Amino acid sequence: MTFAPAVVRANRPRIALHIACLLVLLVMLYPLGWLVATSFKPADEVLASLALLPSRLATENYTTAAAGIQGVSLLKLFGNSLTISIGAVLGNVLSCSLAAYAFARLRFRMRGPLFAFMIATIMLPHHAVLIPQYIVFNQLGMVNTFWPMVLPKFLATDAFFVFLIVQFMRGLPRELEEAAKIDGCGPFRTFARVVLPLTRPALITTAIFTFIWAWNDFFTQLIYLFEPGKYTLTLALRTFVDTSSQSAYGPMFAMSVFALLPIVLFFLAFQRFLVEGMANSGVKG
Amino acid sequence: MDRAAVPLPRQRTAPTGQARKRRPKREREGAAWVFLSPWVLGAAVLTLLPMAVSLYLSFTDYDLFDPPSWVGLRNYTQMFTEDPRLLRSVLNTLLYVVVAVPLQLALALAVAVALKSMKRGKGFYRSAFYAPSLLGASMSIALVWRALFNDGGTVDNLLGSLGIHTGGWVNRPGWALLSVALLTVWQFGAPMVIFLAGLQQIPKELYEAASVDGAGRWRQFLSITLPMLSPVLFFNLVLQTIQAFQVFTPAFAVSGGRGGPADSTLFYTLYLYDRGFTASHMGYASAMAWVLLIAIAIVTAVLFRTSRSWVFYANEEGR
Repeated sequence: MTFAPAVVRANRPRIALHIACLLVLLVMLYPLGWLVATSFKPADEVLASLALLPSRLATENYTTAAAGIQGVSLLKLFGNSLTISIGAVLGNVLSCSLAAYAFARLRFRMRGPLFAFMIATIMLPHHAVLIPQYIVFNQLGMVNTFWPMVLPKFLATDAFFVFLIVQFMRGLPRELEEAAKIDGCGPFRTFARVVLPLTRPALITTAIFTFIWAWNDFFTQLIYLFEPGKYTLTLALRTFVDTSSQSAYGPMFAMSVFALLPIVLFFLAFQRFLVEGMANSGVKG
Repeated sequence: MDRAAVPLPRQRTAPTGQARKRRPKREREGAAWVFLSPWVLGAAVLTLLPMAVSLYLSFTDYDLFDPPSWVGLRNYTQMFTEDPRLLRSVLNTLLYVVVAVPLQLALALAVAVALKSMKRGKGFYRSAFYAPSLLGASMSIALVWRALFNDGGTVDNLLGSLGIHTGGWVNRPGWALLSVALLTVWQFGAPMVIFLAGLQQIPKELYEAASVDGAGRWRQFLSITLPMLSPVLFFNLVLQTIQAFQVFTPAFAVSGGRGGPADSTLFYTLYLYDRGFTASHMGYASAMAWVLLIAIAIVTAVLFRTSRSWVFYANEEGR
């Protein structure tokens, strides 16, 4: 009996902390809840009503959104976004892991300066290379195709991921590679059979981040894609930026829900990899 | 650190002959370059060469169709003497960086410290607070933001019920910029996760010793947490500042793609896009890109320089 008040007293700040955290979380998640609720509101309630929940579950916004924009169906837009994102994932996982292995484990002349240069490119603003890259892709006839979004990924231009994988590979025990070498594996077999499987957590992190960034990307797509048939979901949403009449609000947010859905699903499925990946990028090393 | 702990068998100097020792080494070097080849190609063709070309174009008039014509420093002088919109975009961007980044980092640090000592639910909160960092870069959220801060939007209604009538932040110069800044603050999860990882590496003994010495919580935060966390704080500061300089999507959405109202959300990158890809002044946009690059380099260098006085590296104590 006598310890009960003490327990209560000890718990009180903890409970207060939980309440504070939940309140902050509520405020933070409000925009998402609002988005979902609004996407189900009938046109006359979208802005007029203060209630968060719609008076009836209106699905017409979704049917309008499914029809797409400018004659391009939602499915096509979704497919275009997916093609770009998957291409980017394949490119980044392949090229960044190759470069990372060289930087983390192999010896070559200029390794120090090249590594420093690689790190420096993480900080390089995209705009410094934007216009010449545009000119190059224009000369190659690749403007209004998906190549400008995908091709650079196969050349390990996302140095952040090279760095992430290097950090991870440095933590692997060297003995395994030595053992592989004694068993007669060359550098390529050692990489493919020993190092790459062990690096899987870093590769998954790279894949998910690449997918999400490519899926969310707006600037690059805005510059390179102009024909509606090539539009991604992001670019389709852009067409709502100029025309924000109330009648377009519902379908716009229905389409926004589709644009966020893969990210939310990825997040729910892989949150551990994402959070750990983010944590490791800053602290280790 | 891990690397030093593992003995490197290669460094054994077994008395093998010179020729035998050299050949495998060169083979391994060749393998390294094969592994590195995609990156080398990318760095050369998509980074170094474009940087050189962009520098050249910044001294020219170029509209993508006619060959570039050399104009010397005119683009640069025009930027700072004849282009009030550019100066406006510089001021907007600086104002945004100065408001958004410190607010975001302060919130990230506060939440990380709050979560650190939590026994239950830490993992849940960590993930939940992190989610907006992934969603926030999307056009969808930028459009939601515009609606929430619009005339008659939730924020306007909420403030209206308190007797403060804003008439929508998005439509008012000054307020529109703040709404974009708040979207950035909303994404405090990424730096928070990094802070939290850093906090967990601070040895508990330091706090125990401090509380034996009678130091209160605030004192412990100032004398232990902040100095021990300063490298992580510095990392977050540099990273978030560089990112903030390049903000584009939310400004595009909030301002209807044109930087309004009254150019109050005309961010630097938005104006660069406008000059280069809407007005086809590729030379001018290249000059703008170089000014951005130099500005970011200067800011980073200044941060690094000042960091010497406030960033504390535990392993360099004796220096």
